[in-house]
Amino acid sequence: MPLYHNDDQQMLADAAQQFIADKGSVAHLREFRDKNCKDGFGHDLWREFGEMGFNGILVSEEEGGLGLGHQEAGIILKEIGRNLTPSPFLTTAIAGIEALNAGSKNLREKYVPGILAGETVLSLAIEEHSKHRPDHIAMSAARSGNGFKLNGAKKFVIHGGSSDMVIVAARTAGGVNDREGITLFAVDKDVAGMEINAVRLVDSAVAAHINFNDVEITADAVIGEVDQGADVLDRLLRAGRVGAAAEMVGVGQGAMDITVNYIKERKQFGRVIGEFQGLQHRMSHLYSEMQIADAAVLKAQQLLDEGSEKAELMISVAKAKVGKATNLSVREGVQMHGGVGMTDEYDIGLYMKRDRALSEFFGDASYHVQRVAQIYGY
Amino acid sequence: MSDLENFRAETRAWLEANCPAEMRLPIKGEDDMCWGGRNFKFKNDAQKLWLDTMAQRGWTVPDWPKEYGGGGLNPAETKILKQEMASLKCRSPLSSFGIWMLGPALLHFGTEEQKKHYLPQIARGEIRWCQGYSEPGSGSDLVSLQTYGEDKGDHWVVNGQKVWTSYADKADWIFCLVRTDKNDKYKGISFLLFDMESEGVSTKPIKLISGNSPFCETFFDDVKVPKDQIVGELNRGWDVAKYLLGHEREMISGGGLSADMPSIGAAFAEVAELDPILRAEFAAFDVETLAFRAMSEKFMDELKAGKGHPAQPNMMKYAGTELNKKRHELIMAAGGSDALEWESEASNHGAKPRGWLRTKANSIEGGTSEIMLNVISKRILDLPGA
Repeated sequence: MPLYHNDDQQMLADAAQQFIADKGSVAHLREFRDKNCKDGFGHDLWREFGEMGFNGILVSEEEGGLGLGHQEAGIILKEIGRNLTPSPFLTTAIAGIEALNAGSKNLREKYVPGILAGETVLSLAIEEHSKHRPDHIAMSAARSGNGFKLNGAKKFVIHGGSSDMVIVAARTAGGVNDREGITLFAVDKDVAGMEINAVRLVDSAVAAHINFNDVEITADAVIGEVDQGADVLDRLLRAGRVGAAAEMVGVGQGAMDITVNYIKERKQFGRVIGEFQGLQHRMSHLYSEMQIADAAVLKAQQLLDEGSEKAELMISVAKAKVGKATNLSVREGVQMHGGVGMTDEYDIGLYMKRDRALSEFFGDASYHVQRVAQIYGY
Repeated sequence: MSDLENFRAETRAWLEANCPAEMRLPIKGEDDMCWGGRNFKFKNDAQKLWLDTMAQRGWTVPDWPKEYGGGGLNPAETKILKQEMASLKCRSPLSSFGIWMLGPALLHFGTEEQKKHYLPQIARGEIRWCQGYSEPGSGSDLVSLQTYGEDKGDHWVVNGQKVWTSYADKADWIFCLVRTDKNDKYKGISFLLFDMESEGVSTKPIKLISGNSPFCETFFDDVKVPKDQIVGELNRGWDVAKYLLGHEREMISGGGLSADMPSIGAAFAEVAELDPILRAEFAAFDVETLAFRAMSEKFMDELKAGKGHPAQPNMMKYAGTELNKKRHELIMAAGGSDALEWESEASNHGAKPRGWLRTKANSIEGGTSEIMLNVISKRILDLPGA
């Protein structure tokens, strides 16, 4: 398969570009930030995402979705990134759906129609550390009657306070670092004993710290098999990582584009500053880094869609590479904007903030570089 | 089985049957490659046999048309052939500036006669070519070329000097940029081909920091060049040169980063275990390599489909050469004191330090990194005054 978008994908990209620029622009982010919205995103836009069919990209056609893959999901995510659109798309329609796709028909029937319609929002309670360490799971899920009792704490649960269901990774057996004994649960938000402390993050998204105090759930909340949740978690992580990488490509390209436009207009010493070779070379270097990152993400999506065993390696390559490239893009962006880059009025600072949050989400560059070494066996 | 699956199976079987064992060992350096040409001394019988066998099938240039000595393969078949050769570790049968650079330009700009005359000889490795672009004082700034071809009716008389002519002392023919109109600085340059044995051509190797001399100074003293040895239009040699540079940059950018190259960290796992900081650098480099390779694949796929930005090769050249330099820095660091040995048998006559020093030219030859960045600024980002 050639490594570029085919005609159908290009059509989707054109539609997504237009739609998201119209409805989910940076102005939209500012609006939800400035009114101090408790969810941090707009439910109307989420429903419109549903109407556009975006939410069903990874859902099979039999279940009312589009039955497409991660390349198509990435097309939407890139535009979300480019416009800094606040949206539960990545947690719900990508990582969440991937987990549900590994779960029972009952679970899918319960949640998928609402997701397709843009009514239901999911969040992911995976992390217990301030750095991404999904293989360290201490939270316990002890058997209790026909179901389980959850105890422990999770961090960095994006949309945790406003989601309808939380996907929770907990331990039904084994020690903190064991692969065996992990189980994933679909926990409805109103269940007793779940203490949700929502906090606004630097990028204006709202995340939650969640304490689980003897939270009782039934056995049909298990996603996949008891003790065998690591495979489901891996599936969720693959989708989430490559998805976050795609969104970051959008952030990096968006920041680069506004910076290029800015240095073509801003005058100093009687010349537009974009004439100076010092800036030109840095900007061209940045362009090159973004191109490489973009290709790495596309390659990772393609391998994942093909079910290739090389996908795992390439997903970490993609998240690591885009982590570095997009970070360069936002830093150069603020610097080249000069003083106004420090003001709230200009958008470039918002890109820098989103980059910071997305780089931690699903593992930063250093985590994924480390993982590449492990996959290669050194 | 689909046609392509059939082709893959047949190709693999043919390569297994025909590629000699000696031609499946890793290449140790530029001296170990098959360059062909009138005076080339083959390393062994296998090297010659492999060249002849592949040339006969048109597979030294698999994607060229059959009537010019090529294999007539479509892009998908060409890719399969490359993949199968890589998986069986078959060496390239012929390393040739004729194939990488001149051939594509001739296919695009040459007359039918020129194509019929030159291309099959290139495909069979009968003529070794060198490139006469740079001059003293004219590196990346080719507009300032001084070598002059004076119009004498049925021929030109060429005078001047070229520099950095790779393997000029070993080459049979040269493709050369020559000023044919002194009044037009930007045009006024023509693209000429001529025999290095012509009267008035002399060469002198330039010894480099690597201790090797792949480059030469080349002098033209009243060299007579027949008029039919011009490629493209008179005074429009720039068009041919730019087209060819695109191919050259693609070649340089891919240098040392072939798809079957193993992870640098895996290759130096013992060092990685000894030194966690180096291990982290290896891993970061592996990330860069795989990401660059994806970009390279994307670019090649886009090129075949007629998509992509025409200045993309400049970006590839920039990124690829900087990456290759970094790779050799890491190889030296991984080797430690062993990698300093310059002439010992164990070090294969200093292959590592010489290779490391050689790569420093990557971001200078074929247009410097700075020139590549200028081109990106101007042609892709549309920055003013670039």
